[in-house]
Amino acid sequence: MTLNRKIAPEFKGIDNISLIHPEKLQLKNGCQMFSFNSGDQDLVRIEWIFANQRFNPEKPLLNVAVNTMLTDGTGTLSAAQIADKIDFYGAFLQVDYGYDHSTVTLFSLTKHLKHTLPVVKDILTNSNFPEKEIETYIRNQQQKLQVSLQKNDVVARRLFNKALFGNTLYGLGANPEDYRTLQRDDLLQHFRQMYQPKNCVLIAAGKLGADVTDLISTTFEGDWGAEKVQNDTTQPAIEAAQEHFYFEEKPEALQSAIRMGIPAINRSHQHFPALQVLNTVLGGYFGSRLMANIREDKGYTYGIGSGLSSLKNGGALFIATEVGADVCKAAITEIEKEIDILKTTLIPIEELALVRNYLLGSLLGSLENVFSHADKFKNLYFAGLDYSYYDNYVHIVKTVSPDELKDLANVYLNLDGFYKVIVGKY
Amino acid sequence: MVKFNRFTLANGLRVIVHEDHTTPMAVLNILYDVGARDEDADKTGFAHLFEHLMFGGSVNIPDYDQPLQRVGGENNAFTSNDITNYYITLPSSNLETAFWLESDRMLSLAFSKKSLEVQRNVVIEEFKQRYLNQPYGDVWLKLRPMVYKKHPYQWATIGKNIQHIEEAKMEDVKAFFKKHYNPQNAIMVVGGNVNTDDIKLMAEKWFGSIPAGEKYHRNLPQEPEQQEERRLTTTANVPLNDIYIAFQMGARLDESYYAAELLSDILSRGNSSRLYRRLVKEKQLFSEVHAYMTGSIDKGMFVFEGKPTKNVSIETAEAAIWEELELLKNSEVTVEELTKVKNKVESTMIFSEMSLLDKAMNLAFFELLSDAEMMNAETDKYSKVTAEEILELSRKMFVKENSSTLIYLAEKATADLT
Repeated sequence: MTLNRKIAPEFKGIDNISLIHPEKLQLKNGCQMFSFNSGDQDLVRIEWIFANQRFNPEKPLLNVAVNTMLTDGTGTLSAAQIADKIDFYGAFLQVDYGYDHSTVTLFSLTKHLKHTLPVVKDILTNSNFPEKEIETYIRNQQQKLQVSLQKNDVVARRLFNKALFGNTLYGLGANPEDYRTLQRDDLLQHFRQMYQPKNCVLIAAGKLGADVTDLISTTFEGDWGAEKVQNDTTQPAIEAAQEHFYFEEKPEALQSAIRMGIPAINRSHQHFPALQVLNTVLGGYFGSRLMANIREDKGYTYGIGSGLSSLKNGGALFIATEVGADVCKAAITEIEKEIDILKTTLIPIEELALVRNYLLGSLLGSLENVFSHADKFKNLYFAGLDYSYYDNYVHIVKTVSPDELKDLANVYLNLDGFYKVIVGKY
Repeated sequence: MVKFNRFTLANGLRVIVHEDHTTPMAVLNILYDVGARDEDADKTGFAHLFEHLMFGGSVNIPDYDQPLQRVGGENNAFTSNDITNYYITLPSSNLETAFWLESDRMLSLAFSKKSLEVQRNVVIEEFKQRYLNQPYGDVWLKLRPMVYKKHPYQWATIGKNIQHIEEAKMEDVKAFFKKHYNPQNAIMVVGGNVNTDDIKLMAEKWFGSIPAGEKYHRNLPQEPEQQEERRLTTTANVPLNDIYIAFQMGARLDESYYAAELLSDILSRGNSSRLYRRLVKEKQLFSEVHAYMTGSIDKGMFVFEGKPTKNVSIETAEAAIWEELELLKNSEVTVEELTKVKNKVESTMIFSEMSLLDKAMNLAFFELLSDAEMMNAETDKYSKVTAEEILELSRKMFVKENSSTLIYLAEKATADLT
């Protein structure tokens, strides 16, 4: 039998996505611990996740500075000693600042946990932000920021966030001089308020026998949190800007960065899964309409995409690209054209079928290992949702109709409400 | 330990199967033994441009991406100076779609004019976005020709300049395909929720009838040992001064490779590393400073890169890097330091086994180097490196006559921030 290469092999749809659920343990000091036990490798990832403190416009960098400087010294260990201990055992210790949460992450071989966990414990209970380290931090951050501010896409993102989210953690785009507002006493106070067990969610994933979870829970129960300090994790209300158009000229630019979009719903809203489908059609995958038109047909750019950001107190739908400086206006016209089509014309059944399968395949593919199962849980937990969210997500992806998506486009893709930022030439 | 099975089709295609039934997914990775080093000096950037064209439709399948997305798959590719690597991840129940797509474009491309025209533009925009419109973006375009005078590593994968991409013609595309894209020059790795017996059948069915083509025999000019110090100073509209010092180092299969990697870890891996500890934290001479190696198959580069802090002169900063190199040349690294970087290698290897795609790519790359089995012997090779070997390597490598120094100066003085 000769092979017919023109016909695609048969394929199967994706029916079930099975997610690993965590074991929950409430520590006596108020810390919520969740553990995911799976995998063959003798290693573990542990995250300590803290809600950010209320934004203070007078001291805008406290959340990020305290998080970044957690590895810079405690009452008993210098920054150098912390680094020595972690590196010696082949572990990785990261601090990550996000819009809603600040995280400390430890990657460690299980056999070395008894050496690496006490370092994290010391950091979370005993950080002391030495003056000299603060000076180094300020100087190095200022230098890094100077380089970032020469990147058009970075400048565009900052202007866009400021316009959508105003004077909040989400809208903050620090200037070099803001680093000068950092004072040791403020850092210490912020640290004591924020890094408390009752503000902490601990998520462990990996090969977790009972001995390992015991070691973790006893290490972080103990005397942590004996001191009661008030903390405030509410955030100021978001006020979007009146001005919807921003152009920063860079006369020598070869490319212009474009960022445009609109405030949108977050994951906890019932329309969110359907909006994800709509976003995927527009610019959420390689075959999307924006890519097909602006890269693959016109060749204006190396890449263009759209995305949904889901934050605790807000969200956005945005489109971002860098295009040849001479085709900036033409690219924006094409972007707007694609949005209009979604509002006026039904998505063809074929295209929608492709997007449905693509989304389910990437959900399945995103569950690469036990860490990814923990990541899925974080999406739910911090949005106040439970595992029925993913059942519903799969259901919506499979069944949402072209009519519903067109209606959704008319509700959420209102071009008059769009914010538009261009950095480069226009 | 990554287990695998291996077989070769009659047309020369090498196939490796890694069964991992902990995932519902499968990976199909194809490495073509061609990179920017195989280009003509007057047609650079071609291997990478060609990678883009591989997505422009094949002889029987007009669109590559759509059928894959329709079965829940994703794909991408990259080109380096040494190789071009394509990969697909998809639900394992739909693996045959990946075989269908990859075998057809190994058989022949559609060679569409429109695709060539558009991808030329896309790659030119990529050139601008990554190399020209970024602060310090053109560093590699300047540094490579300093280190390499004969070997084609002297140009970056994007190419020497935009003109070479603009001038790419359809006949060049066809010739390149014929020369490099055939079963003899490819290694396929299939991994994930798969069975070797099924893969044998599928490989034979889809790839078995592709003509073997001609074997490409690589015969590149080798880079002679550097005999003189090389320096270049350049000025650009950037906010901070920047220093690059590149040394020639051994090839990937050279015995010294493992000592070199540990040396770069001692210098620059993690916050306990020497450069960060002493030059950023203690002496406060740099806001950032790093050491790393290119890891290329032929003679590689061992690179230092640092941005001095404000008010620190280039001379002082450069001297501080050399002071660290002299230390390495004068006394052996301590047992503790060496144990530390070996421990890090061990844990990194174990962590990398968490990713199916990484495993598949590594198997293909080691098979190209010599033997996929080499992957499982790596940790052991690192663990055998001695302090004496590191000392010896430092003395040989870190000499002025083997250095290329690029000083990248900020055009305008930066505003005072304090």
